[in-house]
Amino acid sequence: MTAPRPYTLVAELTYRCALRCGYCSNPLDWTERHDALATADWIRVLSEAEALGVMQVTLTGGEPLLRDDLDAIVAHGRRLELYQTLITSGVPLTRARLAGLRDAGLDAVQLSIQDADETRSDRIAGTRSFAHKRAVAAWVRELGLPLTLNVVLHRANLDHVPEIVALAEEWGAERLELANTQYLGWALANRDSLLPTRAQIDRARAEAAAARTRLKGRMEVLFVLPDYFTGRPKACMDGWARRFIVVGPDGTALPCHAAHTLPLEWWNVREHALNAIWRDNPGFNAYRGEDWMPEPCRSCDRRALDFGGCRCQAFALTGDAARTDPACALAPDHALVSNARPGEPDTQYRRGAPPPAPPARGRKAPGPRVTTPG
Amino acid sequence: MIAPESVVALAPKVRLREDRITGRTVLLAPERGLELNASAVAVLKALDGTRSVREVAAALAATHAAPAERIEAETIALLSALAERALVRIVP
Repeated sequence: MTAPRPYTLVAELTYRCALRCGYCSNPLDWTERHDALATADWIRVLSEAEALGVMQVTLTGGEPLLRDDLDAIVAHGRRLELYQTLITSGVPLTRARLAGLRDAGLDAVQLSIQDADETRSDRIAGTRSFAHKRAVAAWVRELGLPLTLNVVLHRANLDHVPEIVALAEEWGAERLELANTQYLGWALANRDSLLPTRAQIDRARAEAAAARTRLKGRMEVLFVLPDYFTGRPKACMDGWARRFIVVGPDGTALPCHAAHTLPLEWWNVREHALNAIWRDNPGFNAYRGEDWMPEPCRSCDRRALDFGGCRCQAFALTGDAARTDPACALAPDHALVSNARPGEPDTQYRRGAPPPAPPARGRKAPGPRVTTPG
Repeated sequence: MIAPESVVALAPKVRLREDRITGRTVLLAPERGLELNASAVAVLKALDGTRSVREVAAALAATHAAPAERIEAETIALLSALAERALVRIVP
């Protein structure tokens, strides 16, 4: 099919990061994937993306601040009129460096926190970082940049949504993203420690809705529902290779940051121009449109809304990326999701389980079991 | 609440640019891009941080030979929708 035009480039500048969150979106084998792109490569990638129609760039990782050339990359993005958002843990950052990034053309900052207070946030992050994040949030506001706070939600912090909202207000966030964990990669490896109960989800959702109403016009409150509990798949990436291009630290271009897990051919921006990748890379075309869809997707009246859900989740749980996303209640493989939910039939949920353990980074990929700190 | 007397400006985080594929003006903000129609573009480009909504609407009505009342109502509706998403702000 004809390639649509992309809107957003997700630039994963490095997989390195000081934090050790148990739901990290890095590949399981991230330590074997090096930062292979030079400054000039990233500058070319931005230019090629803009020529394709991209207008938004998310500078992410890993921790993008660990690239010394971030200001040079941002300065080029501004010359291209790209809207650039830094997605960061805040570690490491100084006020002077943030001012330099703003002056180079950074438009917005999305700062992660792991929970509403220092002790719990640092425990989840596996690193002392919360106090510094507080300082970073203040600098972002002082320098006149819009601040989004992002919190990945799971069993250990879902009960703290009101405290997280209060913190976001105190820190002056314009936007709060309460994003339930997506169970791919490290989060799938640690799923048994992370999955909340349905009661936790329901309560947090109501609390987030109340905050959204109360703060309307002042702070935007997003609550991203977890597909493990809704019975409906997510419109993953707004459709496969439809609006987003992801480029990883090693130069691999993907339709989604987790797509490297699929047994497809992926091209590298060091060897191919981005427009050729977007249009012709077989991996990008594998699940574009609806031709690939099996039943029940193919005849489903929601297929243009959810695009068949997440291909990476289908592959991770069934071994076949072309299956209907098991998160869908209509999927033949739905039991793979419903049986994993704590407190529901056939689960192995252990009450009083410890908080999610950081993954054993740098080891060979663990199986779908809880990993413990190395 | 946007009133005819309000002075409204784009929020500092907002940038307008041309979409090179469609040629249309888009409003860019964190995690958001809105394709604007011609009248929305005219309103947003007329916001100078000093004129009131009524003055901006009157100037647009004169330029486009359109009824001032209708333009003012449409301008308030547009700016109210954008204010709800904190994409414009009322200048104190």
